[in-house]
Amino acid sequence: MAVEPENQADLELEPVTESADVDAMIEVRDLTHYYGPMPAVENVNFTVRRGEILGFLGPNGAGKTTTMRILTGFMPPTRGTVTLDGYDVVEKSLEVRKRVGYLPESVPLHTEMTVTSYLKYMGTLRGMGGRRIRHRIDDVIDVCRLEDYSRTIIGKLSKGFRQRVGIAQAILHEPEVLVLDEPTIGIDPIQVVETRSLIQDLGQEQTVVLSSHILPEVSMICERVLIIHEGHIVAADTPNNLAQHLRGVAQLEVEIGGPPAEVLPVLRSVNGATEVTHHPRPGVNAYRIKFREGLDLRDEISRTVVSNGWSLLSMQMSSMSLEEIFLRVTTAEDDVE
Amino acid sequence: MRTIRAVAFKEIQIYFSSPVAYIVALIFMALSGFFFVRDLGNPFPEASLSNFFQGATFLLIPLAPALTMRLLAEEQKLGTIELLLTSPVRDWEVILGKYLASFVFLLFLLALTSYYVILLVAFATPDPGPIYSGYIGLILYGMAALAVGILTSTLTSNQIIAAVVGTGILVVLYATSFIGDVVTGVWATIFNQLGFTSHFNDFDRGIIDSTHIVYFVTVIALFLFLSIRALESRRWR
Ligand SMILES: Nc1ncnc2c1ncn2[C@@H]1O[C@H](COP(=O)(O)OP(=O)(O)O)[C@@H](O)[C@H]1O
Ligand SMILES: [Mg+2]
Repeated sequence: MAVEPENQADLELEPVTESADVDAMIEVRDLTHYYGPMPAVENVNFTVRRGEILGFLGPNGAGKTTTMRILTGFMPPTRGTVTLDGYDVVEKSLEVRKRVGYLPESVPLHTEMTVTSYLKYMGTLRGMGGRRIRHRIDDVIDVCRLEDYSRTIIGKLSKGFRQRVGIAQAILHEPEVLVLDEPTIGIDPIQVVETRSLIQDLGQEQTVVLSSHILPEVSMICERVLIIHEGHIVAADTPNNLAQHLRGVAQLEVEIGGPPAEVLPVLRSVNGATEVTHHPRPGVNAYRIKFREGLDLRDEISRTVVSNGWSLLSMQMSSMSLEEIFLRVTTAEDDVE
Repeated sequence: MRTIRAVAFKEIQIYFSSPVAYIVALIFMALSGFFFVRDLGNPFPEASLSNFFQGATFLLIPLAPALTMRLLAEEQKLGTIELLLTSPVRDWEVILGKYLASFVFLLFLLALTSYYVILLVAFATPDPGPIYSGYIGLILYGMAALAVGILTSTLTSNQIIAAVVGTGILVVLYATSFIGDVVTGVWATIFNQLGFTSHFNDFDRGIIDSTHIVYFVTVIALFLFLSIRALESRRWR
């Protein structure tokens, strides 16, 4: 919190939404975060629309938690901007935090408090008044089915019930945005089903961003899915389209010395290439070429490049195609359940 | 204000329901009681709390960090800090709330020692002046010690490290005045002015000097300010 909100009271204008999309609740632009020398997430861009349930799908270490910690104002990004309801998460952190309910991955709770006293504490931290807190505690205890445990010490609850307390505190103050980091990890299958339907209910009214490494789960709950891998968003679409898209596609990454404006159309004309994208990097032009599985375009592409007088600097089958990620993500479900 | 109260209230509840705080209270009462009665066996014992006050400043060196070690270190260890810092609470409200809770527990400890005052008044006729001023000095001294403990608890997620480093800083601040007694000239003044002890001793003698109050308030403000900055920078790690 570098800037105290009071000091800028007279600077406070209506929140400015830069994007044309007035429906955007969260806008993430060129988000990059480093913990050490390697980026945990790099140049991530996405938008979450109001009322949408967005799924963040990716294997462990993909950068889901990092992104969520930035969305919720827990830590500032190394680079890039994130706005929530028009408020910048760094400059207007307090405004952002008022609007967000958050369930961190490890469900950290004050284990020595009872469920009710913990919820009361969290409600006060969120600036709620005594009457509203009492009212809402009754509501969330009902919604999260904690009736029998309201006076229980949190430390004595099972993992599944702690998860419910975690969700209860996240929705207590009726936030506009719910951020849930792996909300179904480590709880038993029946509770998983209950939690999923609870999230779907909440998603009727709130904007929900949830992360998971389980593909079927995300497909089931979410209206839109981002697949994140090694800090990059590798796909973003509805669950249906993704499944379609992923079927039978392979990918090649090439670096070519030559003017992109000329290279691109030539690559696109290569027989079998379904999609070619240009990824300029410092000092080099990289291209990603997708083609139907079963083909091998390497020979053809290298000849084309050379015959045009350009230089072929590198070529490799993509270290992990969407399909492989998809596979890895799907197999992870077997580990868990 | 409401959030400061919420943070403080939660910690006070935990203080009064946790064994650690009661152990600290027990140790404090047992040992300060020892200091209180130490000279009573003399032929002409002095009807004052001076021995107790001197002993208490010594006891607070390990005990104040023991009281504060949990306050921020545990939140970092358990990850609950993630929910605390993503709530619409300002960093200084977190620090002040935690500090307030430890202060309330300090007041509770000192309230227990009113037992010594009662004994003294029952069996002798002490001069009330040094008792009042001594308590004022002890409260200021204790608050400064707690502020040091808050800082070390903010800097680490390990409670033991927080307590040990906090005690180390307090030992230095306590011993500095004694160095001032050994060296001469301008160094003597500097060391004397920097340390806790020389500022506390006037309170013990019944003197309430505003420079000593300013000293302790400055130390408290400095360490709380550093704690707030440390908590802020915690977001950048
Ligand atoms: N506090 C941290 N310090 C250093 N590296 C971290 C930290 N948190 C995450 N990382 C690294 O950043 C990458 C992304 O991690 P994370 O966002 O937790 O992924 P996910 O939640 O998708 O499993 C991983 O390589 C992880 O090792
Ligand atoms: Mg994670």
